[in-house]
Amino acid sequence: MEGVAVHPKAGAHETHPELSFVRKYIFSTDHKVIGIQYMITSLLFLLSGFTMMLLMRWQLAYPGHVLPIIGRFLPDTMAPGGVMLPEFYNQLGAMHGTIMVFLGVVPLGVSAFGNFVLPLQIGAKDMAFPFLNMLSYWIFLVGGILMLSSFAMPGGAAQSGWTSYSPLADLAPPGQTMWLIAMTFIITSSLFGAINFITTTMNMRAKGMTWMRLPFFVWCQFVTAILLVLAFPVLQGGAILQLMDRVAKANFFIPANLIFGGVPVEQPGGGNPLLWQHLFWFLAHPEVYVLLLPEFGIVAEVLANGTRKPLFGFKELVISLCSIGVLSFIVWAHHMFLSGMRTDVTKFFTVTTMLISIPSVMVLTCFLLSLRGGSIHFTTPMLFAIAFLPLFGIGGLTGLPLGFTPTDIYLHDTLYVIGHFHYVVVTGSLIALFAGIYYWFPKMFGRRMNVFWGKVHFWVSVIAMNGIFFPMLIQGMAGVLRRQYDPTAQVHNLPSLGLNKVMTWSAILLAVAQIPFILNFFISLFKGEKSTDNPWNATTLDMAACPSPPPHGNFAGDLTVHRGPYEYSVPGHKTDWSPQHVPEDQLTGRMQQQPAQQE
Amino acid sequence: MTPDQLYGWWLPARASTYAADLDRQLDVFHVAMGLIFVCWGAFMIYCLIRYRARPGVPAVYSHTGIVKSMIPDGIVLAFELFMIFVIGLPVWAHVMETFPEEKKANVAAVIAQQFAWNIHYPGPDGLFGRRDIKLISSGNPIGLDDADPAAKDDLVSVNQFHVPLGKPTLVYLSSMDVIHSFNVPAFRTKQDATPGMRVRIWFEPIMTGTFEIACAQLCGLGHYRMRGDVIVHTQEEFDAWLAKKQAEKAEL
Amino acid sequence: MSSYSTPWILESSDEPTSTGVPHGKLGMWVFLASEVMLFGSLISSYIVLRLGSPLFIVPSHEMLSVPVAFVNTLVLIVSSVTMVLALASIQQDNPKGMIWYLAATIACGLIFLTVKCWEYPHKWHEGITISSGLYGSFYFTMTGLHGIHVLGGVLFNLYILVRGLKGHWSPRRCERVEYAGIYWHFVDLVWVVLFPLLYLL
Repeated sequence: MEGVAVHPKAGAHETHPELSFVRKYIFSTDHKVIGIQYMITSLLFLLSGFTMMLLMRWQLAYPGHVLPIIGRFLPDTMAPGGVMLPEFYNQLGAMHGTIMVFLGVVPLGVSAFGNFVLPLQIGAKDMAFPFLNMLSYWIFLVGGILMLSSFAMPGGAAQSGWTSYSPLADLAPPGQTMWLIAMTFIITSSLFGAINFITTTMNMRAKGMTWMRLPFFVWCQFVTAILLVLAFPVLQGGAILQLMDRVAKANFFIPANLIFGGVPVEQPGGGNPLLWQHLFWFLAHPEVYVLLLPEFGIVAEVLANGTRKPLFGFKELVISLCSIGVLSFIVWAHHMFLSGMRTDVTKFFTVTTMLISIPSVMVLTCFLLSLRGGSIHFTTPMLFAIAFLPLFGIGGLTGLPLGFTPTDIYLHDTLYVIGHFHYVVVTGSLIALFAGIYYWFPKMFGRRMNVFWGKVHFWVSVIAMNGIFFPMLIQGMAGVLRRQYDPTAQVHNLPSLGLNKVMTWSAILLAVAQIPFILNFFISLFKGEKSTDNPWNATTLDMAACPSPPPHGNFAGDLTVHRGPYEYSVPGHKTDWSPQHVPEDQLTGRMQQQPAQQE
Repeated sequence: MTPDQLYGWWLPARASTYAADLDRQLDVFHVAMGLIFVCWGAFMIYCLIRYRARPGVPAVYSHTGIVKSMIPDGIVLAFELFMIFVIGLPVWAHVMETFPEEKKANVAAVIAQQFAWNIHYPGPDGLFGRRDIKLISSGNPIGLDDADPAAKDDLVSVNQFHVPLGKPTLVYLSSMDVIHSFNVPAFRTKQDATPGMRVRIWFEPIMTGTFEIACAQLCGLGHYRMRGDVIVHTQEEFDAWLAKKQAEKAEL
Repeated sequence: MSSYSTPWILESSDEPTSTGVPHGKLGMWVFLASEVMLFGSLISSYIVLRLGSPLFIVPSHEMLSVPVAFVNTLVLIVSSVTMVLALASIQQDNPKGMIWYLAATIACGLIFLTVKCWEYPHKWHEGITISSGLYGSFYFTMTGLHGIHVLGGVLFNLYILVRGLKGHWSPRRCERVEYAGIYWHFVDLVWVVLFPLLYLL
């Protein structure tokens, strides 16, 4: 009778506080430690993806010039004499996209903040399956390391774009096989994570935490997890088929009579390359919302807290969120308007694409209207959350002419597309993630980050980001195409080439702007000002109901939730925040003059 | 027109019949986007100044509802539906679904490969000769079967696409190896060339000159240098070019 | 297991849950939802190419050895029945019955896999290989992936059986027997879809 039956169930956390260092910080099953592990890891991946982008940007601004600093260290298969080869450029392009999406922004938004914050916000002691949670992190890490190490494969890393279109990817060097295997790990990891998030949200809410009392962040994570569960396996299916094509010479994406490099391929063929695109985008469009929805949640938390008033239209936000979730499954083929699909299919997808823009507009409208009537405190996270509104707005608006078939004919595959989705993912998602880091840092580590350097980080980053992405929109209108190793090779690129230097130097400025952030992060970790238990005077359980940092098991005793998530400035209450778990009678009283809020 | 006049910092010169239609939609969109953005931005800046935290002024506690936020959504939805059904779909149908009759058009096939555009002209008989991948060699890039009578008068050129002015050109687009995308920025033409598929596109130039063909879909390490030119001649020049090429072929 | 224990992958805790459904059961169903999408993507790819590709050549019924596959299908269906009986036995506090039925389920799973191991080289000799054509590509990929799932199910059942031999399960504590059952039924169901798609149509 060994094993599970004899273990004390609920008391397991409290009865064994003495853990070895390894069990506590490395192979931990505590959702908070896993969340922080995910955060550090994905920030490192973001940095590596960013470095790849800097190399590419240098090549674009100064084609054929020696890469500064790094160039000398690169082997001849990548950059002989320090000058980048086209193969290496394509590898960097594919890996930049893959790393930023699958190893950077998604793990940071979903796994890092989701793991750390979600159980705290619903009043749970941990995730539903802590062991699975730990497994998810380690599988993710293995996948990420495999992905990075594929640069060492013969022929280099995957080089067919992060979209890995067949048949190019079917016939590419072995790095692509590594890409597919690494993707399998990453997919498995996010599947485990998503199962955990869904079960935890449904099953482990504190007493009184009804669905409409869940903070918007939890809603966002919940919908995201559903998208992950339903969309990722389809890419997994596609990856299996592509892997079979590559390894076992199957025929799925190989059309008949294919000739590659002057030699007919071995297989008889008969497959269809468009099938891969359908399978890929069936994942990758919901994936765009996976990149975005958790960040909506972060912005909602920070906005409500920074304006000291309830969010505008909580119900509409939830309805919009769910509509986005549903609609995101029927818009995928708008990435394929010019692939040769039947044109009646394109019409269907144009209409659905326009439809999905409505709930997104609705979310943004609610956020904007939330500012009205507030008492806006310009704290560091709040600055990032405010910047999210107009900049994500640009990202959303530039999506309109792309989702619209006639205008997409010209803009498809130009830098306009790149500008559009970088406005969404960088000035949208990444900025919101920075807001989240500044917002939850005191809760994670019990210390505050430096305000001055936080604001320096904010202003320089925002200016630099616009300096990178706005010229892309202009170049896109001039017809400059994406994924070009040497932009001088095509005549129609030449007039707007000067903008490449603007973008490259802005990218370098963005790199410089991260130095205060990194230093601020690590110095504050050890030397930052001690934080109070509720660092932002917030109402949600993660901030209000547990100490900073929360102990193993999170909460002392069981919580009962009495009200909705964003009850700020309630008339008749003593403080301008009314935590979800505090009974009404302890809150009523004359509103006291608030001490000046810490920034 | 010289390249300097054709290409600039914004949309290239309009060198085909439907370029103006497509550009007008881009303009409408960008004006509307600008308007929405300015309204949003103005409202946001107003709020940030008007509702900044001041001592003694609490925030307004309210859970107001659905109707107000629906107004901008409704406007955007109406705008989008108008754009799709009234303006967009007719143009899409014109560009992508309404093809010129083969008899009245100049017909050619574009066969993409890494990293070149092969142009296959059917010649006076209007029939494309049979192709076989086994016949591909450096002198015969598309594997044209000379035994086929229809192939006798066919012409093949690489990266130089000659078309006449004054009538539409119908193109059969395909690829031999990986996916490419046939993009002529000055014509606003773009279509993927997918192996295993043969799709039709068309354009009608409105000026003579040389217009760049670029590959818009990542097709390998030479993607960036996969370029060609559409050379638009007057009908007389085009006929003279055809005759000259036919004579050259007959000599061989 | 070390002294410090957290609930294992599908461990159910006795704490009441918000929905009343145990964590493990909910997690299992969410997992199966993703599995449906995985097989769904492969099956819809199969249907699309089968209807759309002129080079999709379906081999004759003789080459496919339909009767063998039919018997195999019956074996799996029988195993589903024994799985139901196994769960019913333990719920009625009959551990011995559960062990026998579970053993029968595992045996059926192993028979299925053995027959597959016979079928693969047989097909290969008939000229149906992964690269011979679209049918072969789909046949080996889809049945292979399903075979891995069957193997996973057999291992899961084996774990339940070993625990059962140690007298671990009781009517109050038999959730994981149920989860193994849910998974096993799903694996059978996938085969019931694959069999007509690959062999009969």
